[in-house]
Amino acid sequence: MKKLMLAVSAAALAAGAAHAESHASEAKIGIMLGFTGPIESITPMMADSAELALTEVNDSGQFLSGVTLVPVRADSTCVDPAAATAAAERMITSDGIVALMGADCSGVTGAVLSNVAVPNGIPMISPSATSPALSDAEDNGMFFRTAPSDARQGAVLAEILAEKGITEVAVTYTNNDYGKGFADAFAENFDGTITLSSPHDDGKADYSAEIGALASAGGEALVVLGYTDQGGKGMIQASYDTGAFDTYVMGDGMYGDTLFSELSDALEGSYGTIPWAEGEGADAFAKITEGAGFDASSSYTRESYDAAALIALAMMKGGEVSSEAVAANIMDVANAPGEPILPGELGKALEILAEGGDIDYVGASGVEFIGGGEAAGSYRHYNVVDGATETVEFK
Amino acid sequence: MDFVNAIVALTNFVLIPAMTYGSQLALGALGVTMIYGILRFSNFAHGDTMAFGTMVTILFTWLFQSWGISLGPLPTALLAIPFGIAGTALMVLATDRVVYRFYRAQKAKPIIFVMVSIGVMFVYNGVTRIILGTDDIRFDDGERFIISAGDFKRATGLAEGLGLKTTQAITVITAIIVVVALFWFLNRTRTGKSMRAYSDNEDLALLSGINPERVVMVTWLIVAGLITIAGVLYGLDKSYKPFTYFQLLLPIFAAAIVGGLGNPLGAIAGGFVIAFSEVGLTYAWKKVLGYAMPEALEPSGLVQLLATEYKFAVSFMILVVVLLFRPTGLFKGKSV
Repeated sequence: MKKLMLAVSAAALAAGAAHAESHASEAKIGIMLGFTGPIESITPMMADSAELALTEVNDSGQFLSGVTLVPVRADSTCVDPAAATAAAERMITSDGIVALMGADCSGVTGAVLSNVAVPNGIPMISPSATSPALSDAEDNGMFFRTAPSDARQGAVLAEILAEKGITEVAVTYTNNDYGKGFADAFAENFDGTITLSSPHDDGKADYSAEIGALASAGGEALVVLGYTDQGGKGMIQASYDTGAFDTYVMGDGMYGDTLFSELSDALEGSYGTIPWAEGEGADAFAKITEGAGFDASSSYTRESYDAAALIALAMMKGGEVSSEAVAANIMDVANAPGEPILPGELGKALEILAEGGDIDYVGASGVEFIGGGEAAGSYRHYNVVDGATETVEFK
Repeated sequence: MDFVNAIVALTNFVLIPAMTYGSQLALGALGVTMIYGILRFSNFAHGDTMAFGTMVTILFTWLFQSWGISLGPLPTALLAIPFGIAGTALMVLATDRVVYRFYRAQKAKPIIFVMVSIGVMFVYNGVTRIILGTDDIRFDDGERFIISAGDFKRATGLAEGLGLKTTQAITVITAIIVVVALFWFLNRTRTGKSMRAYSDNEDLALLSGINPERVVMVTWLIVAGLITIAGVLYGLDKSYKPFTYFQLLLPIFAAAIVGGLGNPLGAIAGGFVIAFSEVGLTYAWKKVLGYAMPEALEPSGLVQLLATEYKFAVSFMILVVVLLFRPTGLFKGKSV
């Protein structure tokens, strides 16, 4: 009997130890995006990109003496802060994530930040929340974003309109933090007259009422600051069907190949902006995603890859798997000085960090953090021609 | 000339869109009201059943397109609608057999049925997303416009354009045909009469030998037809996306309740009341008034009664007002 007891307790101890060990060699990273909801058609590619970065780190075998990064997905819904908060809490309490790549839309990101991330000390990097309001959010140094604030994009859009000599526009924006912030930033920078600035709700049955009001107000072009799958598309469709406007000026949320090809007649001659990286980083990203089996040219895939990569690199720099290491070292690995790191070179970066060297993560989107951990960002000004986009310039 | 411009602008931005939207809501509300009247519960799975029916129709549309079958200027989906209805009918009958019949046998309270239908809603929701995904799908082919705004301007020389889409015309015409057929069925056929009898007084109907299971089955078949047609017309006119269909539930229920739950005539009236008030109250009348009024009186503001973001509020405002003064809806329905 005694022997049996001994054997049992020894087995239990061993199991416990094994359990602890498996925990130590695994670090969970939350990936929280709106897999359902208004931007559900671009989030799968974003998540794939983020997971690609984690896989790259794992495959290199250089990460913190064999620790494996494990992604944990959760649905932010993009529009429901309560659901997003609950999902984030679950990831922290039951999955035990150390850092969060997300969320995507500005409203839910703000909610998750103040309700979950700050109280629990979990750093989060959003690849796509662009509301200017997030710059002033109470974040205790826990919030970063690889997509630039819309305050800058509003200025870029206004500048493009000024160059084209357009002085009178109507504005429609999606009725949330992102749309409102963006429309305000645009209004601040635009020199001409805004005949009417009216919000539209996403997922609505019909947009003829909204377009009717905007058409009545008039303008040379309609500035659409919405989502490509949602109200923004509905607005353009309704405007085209009634002949209300001929030219559309689009914000980053409107960028989507499906939109351009489906509404190619309506959008001919329209233009817009999107945070976009040019040059080496973007090329390198295109190269490594070629065989990955998903469409990496979709929006915010680069920012997602970068966000996930930065989490891993910051942990490496801090030398431990912990939330504190991520929060403390992100700025350090993202900015100069150091060896510039492109997508596909994460293994090399880990090696440099392991030897105590410095890196300057450039990544797919040309990451450069300013202020409280926000991407400075460069924008691509594109025209829609025959259902596809043509780059005019980078700003 | 200015007066003509005013009429054209009004037609283009208010009348045509409201007519189309109203027809779609009316068909949806008819389905809700039939279920409420005969099966006696509010079916929350309505929006997602619409999505399901549209999904089946889309799948058949693709099949026909791959076979090279088309209707010329009309969308191929019209040809696929009967198959869509058949698919939806199978689905709702199966659901009834597996789920609702159990609660009917127990004589469960209506609120339990409502909760059950929410469960059904989530299942349908998942099924459509698993099969066709979450993306926006456009499945209209053929001619997009009967008259496009640009062509109209060139042809008439007016300052205002008038656009009429093929799908808008099809929607209104189909809605009229369906409504006429439905009323003929309910008022003239034996089965229709037995359904109305069952709706008016269940016990009396049972005593006079009406087979309840048959009434229930026919109701589901009709609802499947209405739902699929409403969903396909909506999808043709706008686009198919499960999320939007789910959201349609609100205006559809508002329309059914305003008209009087359980009253088919009311559902149609309710659909148009909601559609016209949503579009009319939030329209900026500046342009129309600018044409119609003498120059001195031309408005400088937008003359918009309510900002467009209050569109949903409009339906609920009407809902509250109607229910305060006529608790059973505009037409005499069952009290809620």
